[in-house]
Amino acid sequence: MSAAEPATEVDDEKFLARLKAFEGRTVGAPTEGPDAVNQAMIRHWVEAMGDENPVYVDEQAARANGFPGIIAPPTMLQAWIMRGYKATAELAEARAEGRRAVGASPADDLMHVLDEGGFTSVVATNCEQEYRRSVVLGDRLSVSSSIESVSTEKQTGLGIGHFITTVLAFTDAAGEPVATMRFRILKFRPGTGKSTAALSGPPTAGSEEPRPLRPRPALTHDNAFFFDGARQQKLLVQRCASCGILRHPPRPACAVCRSFEWDTLEASGRGTVYSYVVVHHPQVAAFDYPLPVAVVELEEGTRLVADLVGIEPDAVEIGMPVVVTFVAVDDELTLPMFGPAPA
Amino acid sequence: MSARSARRHTFAGTTAIAGIGATEFSKDSGRSELRLATEAVAAALDDAGLTAADVDGMVTFSADTNPEIEVARTLGIGDLTFFSRIHYGGGAACATVHQAAMAVATGVADVVVCYRAFNERSGHRFGTGVQGRPPVPNAENASFAWYAPEGLLTPASWVAMFAQRYLHATGATSEDFGRVAVADRAHAATNPRAWFYEKPITLEDHQASRWIVEPLHLLDCCQESDGGQALIVTSLERARDLAQAPAVINAAAQGAGAQQDMMTSYYRDDMTHLPEMGVVARQLWETSGLAPADIQGAILYDHFTPFVLYQLEELGFCQWGEAKEFVRDGNLLMGGLLPTNTHGGQLGEAYIHGTNGIAEGVRQVRTTAVNQISGLEHIVVTAGTGVPTSGLILGVDR
Repeated sequence: MSAAEPATEVDDEKFLARLKAFEGRTVGAPTEGPDAVNQAMIRHWVEAMGDENPVYVDEQAARANGFPGIIAPPTMLQAWIMRGYKATAELAEARAEGRRAVGASPADDLMHVLDEGGFTSVVATNCEQEYRRSVVLGDRLSVSSSIESVSTEKQTGLGIGHFITTVLAFTDAAGEPVATMRFRILKFRPGTGKSTAALSGPPTAGSEEPRPLRPRPALTHDNAFFFDGARQQKLLVQRCASCGILRHPPRPACAVCRSFEWDTLEASGRGTVYSYVVVHHPQVAAFDYPLPVAVVELEEGTRLVADLVGIEPDAVEIGMPVVVTFVAVDDELTLPMFGPAPA
Repeated sequence: MSARSARRHTFAGTTAIAGIGATEFSKDSGRSELRLATEAVAAALDDAGLTAADVDGMVTFSADTNPEIEVARTLGIGDLTFFSRIHYGGGAACATVHQAAMAVATGVADVVVCYRAFNERSGHRFGTGVQGRPPVPNAENASFAWYAPEGLLTPASWVAMFAQRYLHATGATSEDFGRVAVADRAHAATNPRAWFYEKPITLEDHQASRWIVEPLHLLDCCQESDGGQALIVTSLERARDLAQAPAVINAAAQGAGAQQDMMTSYYRDDMTHLPEMGVVARQLWETSGLAPADIQGAILYDHFTPFVLYQLEELGFCQWGEAKEFVRDGNLLMGGLLPTNTHGGQLGEAYIHGTNGIAEGVRQVRTTAVNQISGLEHIVVTAGTGVPTSGLILGVDR
C-alpha cells in the first residue's frame, strides 16, 4: 500500500467530486427477497460449502443448541436477496454497452461512472455482518442499501482504484431489523497493479497460476539497508560519515575521501524524472505492461531507478516532479516507486 | 590524461590482422557453439594461409562458452603461451585484437586467434532478459538490484533510458535513430551474407515498427543471431608473407570511464555522453597519429541505434548534439562522408557481438567488401557501447 496517493489526472478533483456525490445515497426502495428462507436452498448451500453443522438441517439439533428451529447459515445472508442471474446479466450487458438498464440503482450508476473513469475491474475486498437475531426457516427478508463511502484514489497491489463501501440493512416481514452487512469493493484500473504475489487469490480473473516474483536483489553488506529501509517506508541514501557526500547506488567506501564509514540519510521522497522508458517487450509475468520506469533525480541530488505509478505512460515527461510511494510487491520485497507530485 | 606525454603503443602499426573466418550467420545453426568456434577459427587460419601448428595464443570474451583449450584441442592447436578473456559483453570485441596485438608486440606470442561463437538466437537469447538470475550476493549480481526488480531486464531497456535523455537534450528524434537502421539495412540489402539480404527498410517502416522499450522501436534493435567469427593477429612483418594483404592495426584501445556501470551508467553528471568511448577515442587518435579527417569509413557498434549517434560524437566525427544532422545528411550511406556498417551492421548482417564488424573492417582494407568504400586508407571499428568498451583503427599497409 502506498504512503502517498498520487493523482492520475489533472481533472481528478472533478472526478472525485462526482464519486463523492454518491455517498449517503440510498440504493432504491427496500427490496423483498424472491423466496422465503427455505430448507432446499440451505441444503444446497451447506453441501457446496461442506458445512456439516446440523443446526442448518436438523430441527432437533437446532433446538438443542438454543435456536427456535432450523437456522440459515449466517454467511448466506446476501443469498436471500440476490436479484438473480437474469437481472444481473441484463445489468452487465447494459453497463458494457454504456446505457442505463431498466431497474438500475444509484449503485449501478456509480459503477458506470467508475467504468467511464477507466476503473473497469472489480474485486470484493471485505464483508462484515452484524446480526440482531438468527435467520430462521420461513423468514421473508427485505433489504435496503446505501452507499456509505467512496474513497479517494488509492494505489493497491491490484491496481489504482477507489474503494466503495455499501451498507445493506436486512429486515423481516414485520419490518424489524435482522442484520446489517457492510460490503466493500475495489474498482480499479486494470494493468496498474504493482503486486499480486502477496495477495491471496489469483492475480487476474481466469488466471490460476500464482504470479512469479520479481527478480530478487542480491543483498550484500553494502546494499541491504536500502531494501530494509523501503520495508519501513523510508527512502534511504547512503552518506559518507566522514565527508558527508551522498552516494547511490551504495558502495562500501567513499570515492571522494576513501572513508569506509557511512550512515544513511532519509530522503524527502521528492524528485524529478531525469529520464524514463516504457517497457513493452518482452513481457515477463512478474510485471504489468506497459511498464513506465524512470531514473529519478532526488532533491538531495542522487538518482535512482524506480517504477512510476499512478500515471499514464504517455503522460510521463522529463523534468516532471514526482514523489515516492512504497509498494510491497510481495511478502519479502518493498520497492520505492514514484508518482506525480501534488500540484 | 592531459598531464601525461603523448601515448605510444608499441603494437600500433607493427601488428596486423592476417586472417578472417566465419560460419554462416543464421537463426538456428543446428550445431554446437564449440563447433561454430572451431569452424570459424579453421576458416580464419585457411584465409591467412596458416595451420593450427602456427597458433600459440588465443583470446575470446569472458561471455564465450568455448574455452580456449576446448577450441585448441578440437583443432589440434598445440602449446599456447598466451590466452586471455575479456569481460563486459560486446565491449570485448575489439579488445580481443588489442590483447592479441599486445601479446605479439611484446613477444609473448606469434600468432594469436581471436574468436567469438554462440547460438545467441537458437540458444540463450540476451533479449529475453535477466529473469531467474540467482541472487548470489556478490558485487556483480548486486548491481542488478538497482534495475532488475524494477523491470529493466533487457539490454534494450538499459539503452532506452539513455536514448530518452539524449532525445530530450539534443533535439534528435526517433527518426534520427531510424536513419541508422535504414543505412544498416541498405548495406545489408546488397550483402549476400547478411540475414536481411535484399530486404531494405524505409524510415516509415522504422517508425511503424512496434515498441520494444520506448523510445526504441523494434527496428532500433539488432538481431539475435547464431554464428562464429575468428580473426588472426600476428606481426605486420609476418603478415606480409601470408596469403592476404595485411590489415594494419594502426591503433587499438580499451576504455572504461569514471562512474562506469555495466550498461546502466545513469548516475554520472550526464547521460548524453559515452565517456568510455571517449577514453577509447583519445587513445586511437593519439597512438595512430590520425584524426577523424583521415578516416574513410566506420564500423560502429549497433546493438541499438541511439549509441551510433553518441559514437559519432565521442569519436569526433561531429560535435556533441550534431550527430542528428550528420545522419540526416546521409553520411552513413555509401557515398556519404563516413559510410558506416557497410556489411549491414548487427541490425542487418548479424549479431556476432561486434566481431563480424571487425571482419568487415578487414575486408574494407583488403578492398574485398561487397559495399567497398573507394580509396579507403583507414577505417574505425568499435565494440559494445554503454559497457566498458574497445576500438580499432585498421589501415592499408603502405
